[in-house]
Amino acid sequence: MFPFVFEWTWDAGYLIFMGLLYLVLGVIAFGLIYALVKTWLQLRAPHRK
Amino acid sequence: MKKEEKASGTRYAMVIDLDACTGCGVCVVACASENNIPVMFDESDKTRNITWIQIYILANGKGFPETQLIYIPRPCMQCGNPPCVPVCPVTATRKDPNTGIVSQIYTRCIGCRYCMAACPYQARDFNWFDPSFPEGMDRYLSPEVSPRMRGVVEKCTFCHHRLMRAKAKAYTEGRRYLKEDEYIPACAQACPAKAITFGDPNNPAHMVSELIKGPYVFRLLERLGTEPKVYYISTKHWVRRMADNYLSGEFSTLRSQLE
Amino acid sequence: MDLALIPNGVQRCSLKRFLPWMLLWSLVVAWGLVSAFLCFYKGLNQTNMNHYFAFGLWITFDLSLIALGAGAFFTGFLTHIIGKEDLKAIINAAVVIGFICYSAAIAMLGVDIGQPLRGWFIFWHANVHSMLTEVSFCITAYLGVLTIEYLPLIFSNRKLNEIREFSIFGDNLHRTMAVFAAAGTFLSFFHQGSLGGLFGVLFARPFAFREGFLIWPWTFFLFILSSIAAGPSFTLLCVWVAKKVTGKELVKRGVFNMLAKISGWLLTAYIILKILDTISWAYGVVPRAGLSFMDFYEGPYGIWLMIAEIGIFGIIPAIILITPRLRERNGLLIIGALMNITGIALNRFAFTIQTLTIPVMPFDVFMSYFPTWQEWGIALGAVGYGILLFSLSYRYLPLFPQEAELNPVKVLGKAVTDSGLVQRR
Repeated sequence: MFPFVFEWTWDAGYLIFMGLLYLVLGVIAFGLIYALVKTWLQLRAPHRK
Repeated sequence: MKKEEKASGTRYAMVIDLDACTGCGVCVVACASENNIPVMFDESDKTRNITWIQIYILANGKGFPETQLIYIPRPCMQCGNPPCVPVCPVTATRKDPNTGIVSQIYTRCIGCRYCMAACPYQARDFNWFDPSFPEGMDRYLSPEVSPRMRGVVEKCTFCHHRLMRAKAKAYTEGRRYLKEDEYIPACAQACPAKAITFGDPNNPAHMVSELIKGPYVFRLLERLGTEPKVYYISTKHWVRRMADNYLSGEFSTLRSQLE
Repeated sequence: MDLALIPNGVQRCSLKRFLPWMLLWSLVVAWGLVSAFLCFYKGLNQTNMNHYFAFGLWITFDLSLIALGAGAFFTGFLTHIIGKEDLKAIINAAVVIGFICYSAAIAMLGVDIGQPLRGWFIFWHANVHSMLTEVSFCITAYLGVLTIEYLPLIFSNRKLNEIREFSIFGDNLHRTMAVFAAAGTFLSFFHQGSLGGLFGVLFARPFAFREGFLIWPWTFFLFILSSIAAGPSFTLLCVWVAKKVTGKELVKRGVFNMLAKISGWLLTAYIILKILDTISWAYGVVPRAGLSFMDFYEGPYGIWLMIAEIGIFGIIPAIILITPRLRERNGLLIIGALMNITGIALNRFAFTIQTLTIPVMPFDVFMSYFPTWQEWGIALGAVGYGILLFSLSYRYLPLFPQEAELNPVKVLGKAVTDSGLVQRR
């Protein structure tokens, strides 16, 4: 999973597979963080009724 | 995968002469005691017990007096193109690029059994039970082979620890090569009929390199492209016919080419 | 008693009726938990699997559940990315069903491996050349996506929604949903495909082996197509069962029609390609392995299985679901959907169990296998868990946006109004 785990090899297979995996995980994390930050900002903003 | 299979370099292989094999089962016993193979409470259940080398009995299907029986000992084929290696999700099984031996890391295996589904030879066994040894037998376990825990897959390793031992010995003697008889798996050593020959077919000095060139040599399921490194010899046509699947007419064509 | 938790504008049965229903399915789940405990404590000898049947009932169940759960990603894809507004009526239910299918499948896989404590090795020591690695990564990541998609629905529970943090967070997640739907679609495409690849790459098993495109055997693409054909049908069927159990109209009839139409056309495409694949396999892989087509059907699972899979449960439901006149009749719609998912489940069965049944060595024998009560327990426990979670979600979450409109509640009195039961926002 990581370059420091010993079966890791710097070949095309690992780069494509892990590259895509981390890209997707990154997109999911980005969406989640975006929603969290936005929530936090909205909560800090004065409560409008 | 194919590229990795070098024409030169060490590639350990086994040749089993089925005409010499009497089916006595000593290879199975020797293997079991050499490799700390556990004894199940029900060893008659061959679908769940552990046998790294298993003997199949084949009959030609003819009535008396033409009945013929033959025994096929089947260790792991140590395939040149192993179907089990690329499928393992945790890299627990690997083909050694220096010897061609397919290894299994027991402490890495998660027991998903995908490799067993991939292997057409049924050469891989899963530990359905905790390993157990009859009272007193535990004192005869080999310290060179790690026993396996419940829930992992195991298989014949061509007695890889014997290779390690032979290499260590050669190293202390200042040699960089092994002599032919220095590294032999337990089954080959124990066979009273001397039916099993072991060595490196890429080394012209080794007997196996001559044996595999013989006209009666065959391998199991060669057509699937697994490149097995266990070769069999039988002068009987019906035995060679049973080693692989053939469409009607295919095998007789092969046979006429041979003769 | 739990009136305060029930969504606005809809009516639910009394707790007295709800609890026995839950108890019934809890017992099934308990059966599953006992079985799982035995498998963890005593090992996989509790099953009837053996060296020949390295995989058993659970893998068939897993593959079927994941195929049927494809309704979630595909409905999400159509709703959030293609913009099919009509499907909004069913997207919540599709997400819950998907979550149930995937979480149950992962839990079953956790029992199925011989060393469950080493399960994390599959990520840590990943072998990227193994289809199983791809499956594991993708289904785990996709379960995360489904959880994210499920959260806004949970936060829209009446009581939870009163908490400002939850309601705002749920709202923001909802707005970002297209991103998650896109990630989910990508992950789903790959793991549905890899589940097909799982067996298609077994080059030493001529029954399962397929040629293909680059590293992907044809089964990779067939599994994607069959899962998106079966997914919407399964969603349809679940909603239909919920409708019958609750006695309420949950979505408009048009939504069922739309799901059936999508399912039908995808199934038609799949069945055509499946037939082509079978023919090319029978004339390519099979003779090259020295076998003839009928050699595979001599054992316990004869040619009838293939006729059932492709003919009866493939072609017939495809015809029913693509013909508007037929799918508009309720009885045929349900039979069509049911036959569709049966066909896909049979396909998963053939690739898992039948592959292992067929001997490859000419002197080996056909095997057969029947699961133990522990294996049934875990498989049915997963079903029980699904029904429990779906019932809870239906009772306490606004699962079907059209429900209130389709089932107008009569105002009974002030007490009821105060509870919020008929108050609409």
